[in-house]
Amino acid sequence: MSNRLINWFRFASPHNFYPLAGRMIPVFWTLSALFGIAGLWMGFFVAPTDAQQGEGYRIIFVHVPTSWLSMFIYMVMATWSGIGLSLNARLSSMMAQALAPTGALMAFLSLWTGAFWGKPMWGTWWVWDARLTSELILFFLYLGFMALQASIDDPRRADKAGAIVALVGAVNVPIIYFSVKWWNTLHQGSSINLAKSSMAVTMLWGMLLMALCFWMYSIAMALTRVRTIILERETHTDWVKELPEVKT
Amino acid sequence: MIWNSSAEFFAMGGYGLYVWGSFGVCALAMIVEPFLVKKRHNQILQTLRHQVLAEKLEKETL
Repeated sequence: MSNRLINWFRFASPHNFYPLAGRMIPVFWTLSALFGIAGLWMGFFVAPTDAQQGEGYRIIFVHVPTSWLSMFIYMVMATWSGIGLSLNARLSSMMAQALAPTGALMAFLSLWTGAFWGKPMWGTWWVWDARLTSELILFFLYLGFMALQASIDDPRRADKAGAIVALVGAVNVPIIYFSVKWWNTLHQGSSINLAKSSMAVTMLWGMLLMALCFWMYSIAMALTRVRTIILERETHTDWVKELPEVKT
Repeated sequence: MIWNSSAEFFAMGGYGLYVWGSFGVCALAMIVEPFLVKKRHNQILQTLRHQVLAEKLEKETL
């Protein structure tokens, strides 16, 4: 029976993770597409018109998922950075590096869709409100992490410097999340509570399906990018030169 | 069905610019990002192929 057990540590080596990631990517793309189709259908054809915001509220179906993902990806990135820093695990650091651009994109989309929602509802594209400002800082933290890593030539030193930024910056994530409670903000409070949700069930489902779509997309993107980073960093190794896509 | 016509659907009750401006940019981002990563991946593969070829030629000439 012992040979049936999977040795998970095997996949901590870039050499073994590279082909595994390659097999996982299509699965996450498929899941993302399925959740996306279901979510858009729910969001545009099932969820009713909002009593207060009319059809304008439908921005929620991209705004909330991108905002969640921007915070979630940051926490995952900080976790991988921390593991990379403490265990000196190369692949963990590569994973953190692969997540940063997708996280930055999610933060940007959150701010963009927020501006497009704020304009018709509040009458302004932007206010220096606690929620908006802390989300903007999150976007800058991603950019700072990426710029710092790019500016250090030695990849292992770049990983360490980046990890410290990622870990220190993680304090911002709870600030974003609780900002609507801690401060009196223009941004509305959370629409979902465990006790009682203020939304129609179909709206909630649309939002959750879209969040799953963005989540699966982010995993697919991070895996695709980590494969590229593995090749870039392992150029000198023999296994890379033996890959069928390189040998031809 | 909530919508009576496709025109009504695209108008989004007067919020067309904001709703489609949000969804459009998200869709665009989700097309551009994979394309850029694919490009980066092909670049490193190309570099590796050149490297392998260079090493092979070096061995043959020696």
